[in-house]
Amino acid sequence: MEFFHKVPQINFLAARKLAMGMSVVVLIIAVVSLFINRLNLGVDFTGGVTVQMSYPQPANLRQIRNTLAQAGYKDAIVQNFGTPESVLIRLQAKKGESEKNTGSTVAAALQQVAPQAKLEQVNFVGPEVGKDLATKGALAFFLTLTGILLYIWFRFEWRLALGGVAATLHDVVFTVGFFSIFHLEFDLNVLAAVLAVMGYSVNDTVVVFDRIREDFRITRKGTPFEIINLAVNQTLSRTIITSGVTLLVVIALLILGGPVLHGFSVALFVGIIVGTYSSIYIASATALMLGVSKKDLMVVVKEDRKVDDMP
Amino acid sequence: MLNRYPAWKNITVILVTALGILFALPNLYGDDPAVQVSKNNATLTDSTTTQVEQALDTAKLPYKSAAITDNRLVVRFSDTELQLHALDVITKALGNDYSVALNLVPRTPKWMRAIGLKPMAKGLDLQGGVHFQLLIDLDAAIQTKLQRDATDIRGSLRDKLVRYEDISLHGSAITLTLRTPDDVSKARAFITSEYPELTLTSGSEPNTLVAGLSPKSIQQLDQLAVEQNITTLRNRVNQLGVAEPVVQQQGANSIVVELPGVQDTARAKEILGATATLEFRLVDFGANAVLAKQSGHIPLDDQLFNDKAGNPVLLKRDVIVSGDQLVDAVSGYDQQTGTPDVNVTLDSAGASKMGVVTRENLGKPMAVLYIETKTENTTVDGKTVPVHKKVYTVINVATIQGIFSKRFQITGLQQEEAQNLALLLRAGSLAAPMDIVEQRTVGPSLGQENIKQGFDAALLGFILVVAFIAMYYKTFGVIADLAVFMNLVLTVALLSLIQATLTLPGIAGIVLTLGMGVDANVLINEHIREEVRAGNSPQASIHAGYRRAFATIVDAHVTTLTAALMLFLFGAGPVKGFAVTLSLGILTSLFTAIMGTRSLVNWFYGGRNLKKLPV
Repeated sequence: MEFFHKVPQINFLAARKLAMGMSVVVLIIAVVSLFINRLNLGVDFTGGVTVQMSYPQPANLRQIRNTLAQAGYKDAIVQNFGTPESVLIRLQAKKGESEKNTGSTVAAALQQVAPQAKLEQVNFVGPEVGKDLATKGALAFFLTLTGILLYIWFRFEWRLALGGVAATLHDVVFTVGFFSIFHLEFDLNVLAAVLAVMGYSVNDTVVVFDRIREDFRITRKGTPFEIINLAVNQTLSRTIITSGVTLLVVIALLILGGPVLHGFSVALFVGIIVGTYSSIYIASATALMLGVSKKDLMVVVKEDRKVDDMP
Repeated sequence: MLNRYPAWKNITVILVTALGILFALPNLYGDDPAVQVSKNNATLTDSTTTQVEQALDTAKLPYKSAAITDNRLVVRFSDTELQLHALDVITKALGNDYSVALNLVPRTPKWMRAIGLKPMAKGLDLQGGVHFQLLIDLDAAIQTKLQRDATDIRGSLRDKLVRYEDISLHGSAITLTLRTPDDVSKARAFITSEYPELTLTSGSEPNTLVAGLSPKSIQQLDQLAVEQNITTLRNRVNQLGVAEPVVQQQGANSIVVELPGVQDTARAKEILGATATLEFRLVDFGANAVLAKQSGHIPLDDQLFNDKAGNPVLLKRDVIVSGDQLVDAVSGYDQQTGTPDVNVTLDSAGASKMGVVTRENLGKPMAVLYIETKTENTTVDGKTVPVHKKVYTVINVATIQGIFSKRFQITGLQQEEAQNLALLLRAGSLAAPMDIVEQRTVGPSLGQENIKQGFDAALLGFILVVAFIAMYYKTFGVIADLAVFMNLVLTVALLSLIQATLTLPGIAGIVLTLGMGVDANVLINEHIREEVRAGNSPQASIHAGYRRAFATIVDAHVTTLTAALMLFLFGAGPVKGFAVTLSLGILTSLFTAIMGTRSLVNWFYGGRNLKKLPV
């Protein structure tokens, strides 16, 4: 079985300005949304309390909200968790109340109304812990980007390095922005998925870069535009198979993985699609616009001899 | 000849594969729900096993096995419901001197355990249990140290006949007010030689000295406090009887405690956060405590405390023996009165001091002072800040009836108080008070559900991928599938070897490396196809395909590895777990994609006269 018997001749880069323009617009929307909507951060980051309760019959969410409001938790977020019988409550501790006690207070209040309700789990995170996690995560992310930049610079060339970092940044901002725009909860598992997206994006970009470098070295004729286009076409078959196969796993996780893995799978799903797109339209196109050319990627020939020959 | 591998490469591949399978094998067996029994500070004997077995038989609870390993009795059950019932039954049968806890034990066969093969540890998100993060109040530790120094210096100067008016703690420094300049120089000499960590300056008043701590010694003390707290927490966790607990420093001033399988969070919290300790002091029976309280005039060498009923008691400032000089403490019942008590054994220094004091003070009253640090939340500048308050209670005043030193009883406690006090005294006291700032509980059912759903989904995805690759690349696809499968096996083997803890983010790392492993194989096969299409011979195509894919695979893997290493170095908690599995996965993926598949391809096709390639 083969999808492409011959190397396809699609003029990908012809649409680079349109694609880049669209990417810029989408990224601006994502960033604006991050400023306005912010991220729907899980307790892992914001600090606060989550309480999971299970009921013998489908839970009456409105009644639960009322009970909690009466108990003094006005801003509690109550939602079903996986099944109609299972309820996830997110709230902040009351003023002066220790987060440690909130879980049992909430459970007691709810059990007064529905004695059969069972407390499944309580999690709480102090505000300073979440902040610490967020700053450390951001720091790790930027240092990782620097690491990628330096490595591609060292192995390839600075224009490609910038293109690679631009693509990685694009994918991460896009994925995180997606969670902001659609108000999906961003928790630790989603963070792990975003990291995986980063890894995937880098891997995908480097594979395309490698082909670009090879083609620059072996092709005698052709403009950088044509050569990069050729490289993208030559790797297209591999790109489609790898992305498709990875998406297959992610879709299985998305459909069957259950509520805990849902955010994780959504982030991977979105990230893999944009990660594949960005290798072509962000990474390669950026390098092209920065003026990458044949001589930048030729094997460096040592020229020590000449000095010796000088009179 | 093209596409033949030297013997050493083939042997390496076979050896690594065999070792990988061996180390990954323990993960296939799964876990048995179990109840674990340990005896506080004592060796378990077979009589305990018999006792437990009889109790279970009487209650008609079937169990798989009951055996003592590492001084712990482990009773295995076939399901969690039996396990929960058994916990009740065993706890009732054994009584107070034993810790009984729920646990999951690997089902690996004996021979595997004998040669040290273990499955990966599962994180709390996959297994259930409690996770605590505790923040240490280091300032309080410094205060306590200075307070203790002040008391000691007071005593020593008195012994040396250096006259002082007052020695007390003001803020974060000890202020000494002495009588004469001669006393000042004597005190200075004494403190410089005995307390090198204190820096001395002259106070603003005449004949005063101020002893403070340098930033460097504060840092040292902080580190010591953190270490002592970790040791103490370990001891306490061991007293709780939890298997494979995690107690780790995280950052400069916090500690993470993970207790797999623990469901009773209330008790765990109580024991972890408690900072109770004891002091034995003489009662100043010459002075009137009630009067002292009313007038506020407390004799210089005394301190005023309350007993449980709230009545004032005047105790001498000097501590005879404190909780950290205890060797053992066991709760029990007083043989004459039947009330709860704690049997205490002192270390030799404590015992000799107790001996001297009791001899000199026969017939006089001695008090046991119970010191507990409580946390209260107060609001400062709109922020909720925990404040630690020491609560002192005189739990018992008794007349010294005879000379005793090493062993004696403390009475005057409720039963539960006696049990907890004994446990806390055994485990040692905390150097600094701590506050729980984070708690996560995952029920075991949720953990199992998580793992099952996630596992099933991943398995389905994996099967789909394997089927597709085999269809798409035929024989070369099957070889690629084998390589990706071996990649999984080797990653699991490495994780088991270093005893890493597998969490959900860790699984994300594994999924990503499997993706990269598939990608590497796709790259190789696409390159081979390209060569075939360009009209090269099958053997030359294999050779050139691998050669060209090699550089790409290495570049892609090393770039991702760079990213993973950065995440490991600078990330925390779950980010680190992800980075560990990703890094290991990248290494195994490099090995399987490049060496593993090549040795198979060479073995199948190398040196043969081929007309067509099944790719």
